[in-house]
Amino acid sequence: MEASRCLFCFDAPCTAACPTHIDVPRFIKKIATGNLRGSALTILDSNLLGLSCSRVCPVDVLCEGACVMHRYNKQPIEIGRLQRAAMDWFYAHNPSLPVAPENRAKRVACIGAGPASLACAAELRRRGYPAVIFDRNPLPGGLNTYGIAEYKLRPPDSLKEVELVRSMGVEFRLGVEAFAKIEAIECEFDAIFLGIGLGPTHRLGIPGEDLPGFIDALRFIADYKTSSIPVGRRVVVIGAGNTAIDAATAAKRLGAQEIHIVYRRGEAEMPAFEYEYEIAKLDGIVFHWWTQVKRIHGSESVESIECARPDGTIFNLACDMVIPAIGQSRLVDFLARCRGVEVREGRVVINRETGQTENRKYFAGGDCVNGGREVVDAAADGKRAGIGIAQWLEADHG
Amino acid sequence: MADLSTLFAGRIRCPNPFWLASGPPANCGDQVMRAFDAGWGGAVWKTLGEPIVNVSSRYSSVDLNGQRMMGLNNIELITDRPLDVNLREIGEVKKRYPHHAVIASLMVESRREAWHEIVRRSEDAGADGLELNFGCPHGMSERGMGSAVGQVPEYCAMITEWVKEVARTPVLVKLTPNITDIRRVARAARKGGADGLSAINTINSITGIDLDTFIPRPNVDGLSAHGGYCGPAVKPIALHMVQQIAVDPEVGLPVSGIGGISGWREAAEFLLLGCQSVQLCTAPMHWGFRIVEDMIDGLKNWMDEKGFRTVEDFRGLSLPRIQDWKDLNLNYKIVARIDPDTCIGCDLCYIACWDGAHQCIHIDGHASPESFAEASRRRIATTPIPKLDGVAENGSHKTPPERIPCVDEDECVGCNLCWLVCPVEDCISMERVETGLPAQSWEQRMESKC
Ligand SMILES: Cc1cc2nc3c(=O)[nH]c(=O)nc-3n(C[C@H](O)[C@H](O)[C@H](O)COP(=O)(O)OP(=O)(O)OC[C@H]3O[C@@H](n4cnc5c(N)ncnc54)[C@H](O)[C@@H]3O)c2cc1C
Ligand SMILES: Cc1cc2nc3c(=O)[nH]c(=O)nc-3n(C[C@H](O)[C@H](O)[C@H](O)COP(=O)(O)O)c2cc1C
Ligand code: SF4
Ligand code: SF4
Ligand code: SF4
Repeated sequence: MEASRCLFCFDAPCTAACPTHIDVPRFIKKIATGNLRGSALTILDSNLLGLSCSRVCPVDVLCEGACVMHRYNKQPIEIGRLQRAAMDWFYAHNPSLPVAPENRAKRVACIGAGPASLACAAELRRRGYPAVIFDRNPLPGGLNTYGIAEYKLRPPDSLKEVELVRSMGVEFRLGVEAFAKIEAIECEFDAIFLGIGLGPTHRLGIPGEDLPGFIDALRFIADYKTSSIPVGRRVVVIGAGNTAIDAATAAKRLGAQEIHIVYRRGEAEMPAFEYEYEIAKLDGIVFHWWTQVKRIHGSESVESIECARPDGTIFNLACDMVIPAIGQSRLVDFLARCRGVEVREGRVVINRETGQTENRKYFAGGDCVNGGREVVDAAADGKRAGIGIAQWLEADHG
Repeated sequence: MADLSTLFAGRIRCPNPFWLASGPPANCGDQVMRAFDAGWGGAVWKTLGEPIVNVSSRYSSVDLNGQRMMGLNNIELITDRPLDVNLREIGEVKKRYPHHAVIASLMVESRREAWHEIVRRSEDAGADGLELNFGCPHGMSERGMGSAVGQVPEYCAMITEWVKEVARTPVLVKLTPNITDIRRVARAARKGGADGLSAINTINSITGIDLDTFIPRPNVDGLSAHGGYCGPAVKPIALHMVQQIAVDPEVGLPVSGIGGISGWREAAEFLLLGCQSVQLCTAPMHWGFRIVEDMIDGLKNWMDEKGFRTVEDFRGLSLPRIQDWKDLNLNYKIVARIDPDTCIGCDLCYIACWDGAHQCIHIDGHASPESFAEASRRRIATTPIPKLDGVAENGSHKTPPERIPCVDEDECVGCNLCWLVCPVEDCISMERVETGLPAQSWEQRMESKC
């Protein structure tokens, strides 16, 4: 049994490597003793998004990458798989978490219903503070629901986590564009947590971007996950990050016959994680390194894409769909309306321990702070901010 | 090439010292013959007596970290087959395997005539020797047999005498470990005229309780009863008892060692403590008769490597190495040393020494395990993203120096705990340090004080 292989390290390196510091040996030992509820609660105590993290975390560069077994010429403990087992058990057995009674007068708004806000709101509920989550999307969960590749995390699983947070007494106000309402929210609440993530994909700034058949990677993945969309026969994805790979593999699942990834740098510079790249290769996706996109051709809709190599050679790839995935933009307009919140290079500046911004009423965490990392980073930020807000409200207002 | 052929108590010959112990693997002739074909040197037949009725659900076990049957418990009684069938099969086996040892294990009510009769019939059937089962700790003891005899030296001596009145073959007495001092019964067996001893039988046990039904295992229609414990878990207890009877001057009998043997290594340990043969029950129950192949092969290779031609060359070699505590050298000092090149940084030695020993393993910059763990908890970790962090992650898995503990050798008492918990072989070594003092035992120290 995998759980009994864990050495139960003291001050375990896997725990230190996890952004939320899940006590890995503790939860694994509990699995080994058959105490699955205790195991799940150990995980959720550190990381409310234990379920999605057990499916989407890049464990190779986190806990499993730090496991001492590597130095012992042994396979690292399969922490992700064990965590999934504990989480699956938990969600199959009347999931619920203890909360404190809502005995605090101060109320907190969390903008965005992604991992950062969910973690923050849950932490506040544990400490007796009422919390309300706002999101402009009809479904909560942020990129967990709309963005992350389907094969890793299906929307129903993302929504299970949301339901857990709802069951803790957090109120959700969905379909609400907070941009327009920020003054009203400021009036209604005593503290505001910004978990707004990042914006849509950057624009390329080349001719042809408005042709039908040209679709933002995030939009494409979101539609794939939550409704049905047509896919092209030949698809070109621009960029080679994890999102590009997710878009390419989603196109494959939807039935595209030929998929190309065009990247302006080389294989070694590719930002996607190693295992994501492996998956893409297995899907038969064709990679074009050191290739710059010049323009998109087409009369009614996308017909081909014109590319250039560093040596100046120009070539055309025939295609009927182009998916740019060159990184998400920053929500600078919105942040500009949050008075007094300092923003540097499009990222909210915070105190790392408490999540507090320059405007002391505002706290922030997740992608809008770290520039776009992973779910587990957003969960860690959210939890720290939840504690930070509670402490600030207590100290400042009694 | 090493020679394993064995002569037990000067009279029982067999190709090797590996015998099936009295139990399920030696229940019938067909099994014993298949075992001999697989390579076993002898077999002690499942205990003969008045046939009994067994219960269903008879065994339960203790597993450890996924390893099944570290300890086995049974509430089975002696043979449930008719005596004449067993005796006829003993005869057949002996006819077809004249060079293997077949020993009849016996248990009948405590009447001289009953013992006389079963001894005669077993020897007439062809048994090479007799083993008196004074050890079975459950069921039979409630009927005044088994360990009920083995726990009372006088009964043990008396029945052994009865048997010796008629026996022509060597008589072994199988001892129960469920007694304060096993030497007292061993001496009684000697007094009764026994030619050898078998030790140990199973240990009184309750293996566990089902946490849903609250019924202990094994479950017989909602009830359980204490059983007899055996298997790998009991080896240390068996070795100790064997050593005690092996060195007792009032015993001085050949011993067949039993208890927790699962391969040639454990067998060699019993032989090093003076046993002339060894018996196995749980291991062949778990893995089948085939395990004897490696027992023969492994023991021979080990003997060749050590330069032993026969078992006699090393039998009992470790006995002088076991003395009383008072004879140990108080001026011998060892300390733990950690090899930083193989240390994987699990810090199990560190917490073991802090919580379970003498607080002398340290991590640089931390006064206690709590401060060490707290520092990690406070550290903010993020997923490394090369695009954002500007540095490519380094794929090396070298142990960070701050996780490699070091031993304060002045404070180390040389207890071995860290060495025992370290998962990496040879990473911690216990090394001798010169104290400059001559060897001195506690006894000598006390004498010199007077
Ligand atoms: C395609 C893709 C694949 C990914 N794959 C993985 C993966 O495999 N593993 C992993 O760990 N991470 C992955 N990530 C990253 C991960 O999804 C994010 O790091 C994480 O979701 C960040 O959480 P968040 O709460 O900060 O933001 P988000 O999840 O982005 O949530 C922000 C929420 O705020 C809402 N919002 C924004 N502005 C407003 C407004 N004005 N009014 C109201 N609501 C607003 C948005 O609608 C959204 O719901 C992936 C990201 C993408 C894009
Ligand atoms: C199921 C079972 C039945 C046994 N029956 C007998 C028996 O009838 N007579 C006997 O002398 N010992 C009996 N034993 C004890 C074994 O012979 C042996 O002494 C004991 O199991 C320790 O050896 P081991 O650790 O190799 O199993 C039995 C043991 C088991 C497990
Ligand atoms: S580092 Fe590996 S072995 Fe150690 S506690 Fe973590 S998972 Fe277990
Ligand atoms: S031998 Fe004992 S006292 Fe010495 S370092 Fe190891 S655990 Fe500590
Ligand atoms: S137990 Fe062994 S491997 Fe682990 S830290 Fe100590 S010396 Fe290193």
